[in-house]
Amino acid sequence: MSWVWFHKLGSPPHFYRIAGKLVPWFAWPALLLCLAGLVMGLGMAPADYQQGEGYRIIFVHAPAAWLSLMIYSMMATYAAIGLIWRINVCHALAASCAGVGASFTLVALVTGSLWGRPMWGTYWEWDPRLTSELVLLFLYLGYMGLRGAIDDTSRADRASAVLAIVGVVNVPIIHYSVLWWNSLHQAPSIMQMKKPTMPPSMYVPLLLMLLGFTLYFVAILLVRARGEVLRRERTARWVGESLGAGEAA
Amino acid sequence: MIHWLAMGGYWPYIWPSYALTLLVVWLNISAARRSHREALRDARRRLKAQGEAQ
Repeated sequence: MSWVWFHKLGSPPHFYRIAGKLVPWFAWPALLLCLAGLVMGLGMAPADYQQGEGYRIIFVHAPAAWLSLMIYSMMATYAAIGLIWRINVCHALAASCAGVGASFTLVALVTGSLWGRPMWGTYWEWDPRLTSELVLLFLYLGYMGLRGAIDDTSRADRASAVLAIVGVVNVPIIHYSVLWWNSLHQAPSIMQMKKPTMPPSMYVPLLLMLLGFTLYFVAILLVRARGEVLRRERTARWVGESLGAGEAA
Repeated sequence: MIHWLAMGGYWPYIWPSYALTLLVVWLNISAARRSHREALRDARRRLKAQGEAQ
């Protein structure tokens, strides 16, 4: 098997071109999956026997919480690859993850709070799951603040990569917090190694939303990383060549 | 329809959750596109300036 295609992805002009071609292949399926998930989740799934209609917040809360963790893991992985093998495109990808991840961490916290009010009787509790998710938001903000504070791009890349990698310890803590400690938060419904604890009429729309949000994120990441690569490479000859050829639009 | 919108009395929690999620989804799309567009514009401006200098 040839690994040439893989090494090519590390080269900015190839990444820029291939990422541009890939965006619609993620964006359109993401839209279709989310629409199907919404129709099934809000219209067809039955009410919960304990939480009634209130549980339907899960169809936006769980995908947002999933993205908050997945994006952080991805950011730390790209940062580590960039740091170890000095691949600039990976640093650009890591930098592009942070804002999106922070925004969905906020969504997970706020929708969780809105779900907690009717079910637990409180918007907020210093509970292990809630507190560790709040720490995740601060990690994202710290990462972005650190990047913003260092003018030199390659120094910002290295310093923020270390922060991202150290912070990844929080990801398993968030995931297992509901099992390790006595948490108000319910245990995982499908992100586990056993059969889902829900009927298909509930977990199928949830899976569609999870997949839809994941593809949506990949599309966003590709667009952001293209901009980031272009900014980093603005003095390179390929930029002039591809813009001149009208390819980069 | 009204019955569905009421969500068994949970509407004050459900609909703000969906509205916030939709808003953030949309903001991320527009921010990503704007950032790419600005990078393109800067690159074009630089190319033009180079072309005029030569």
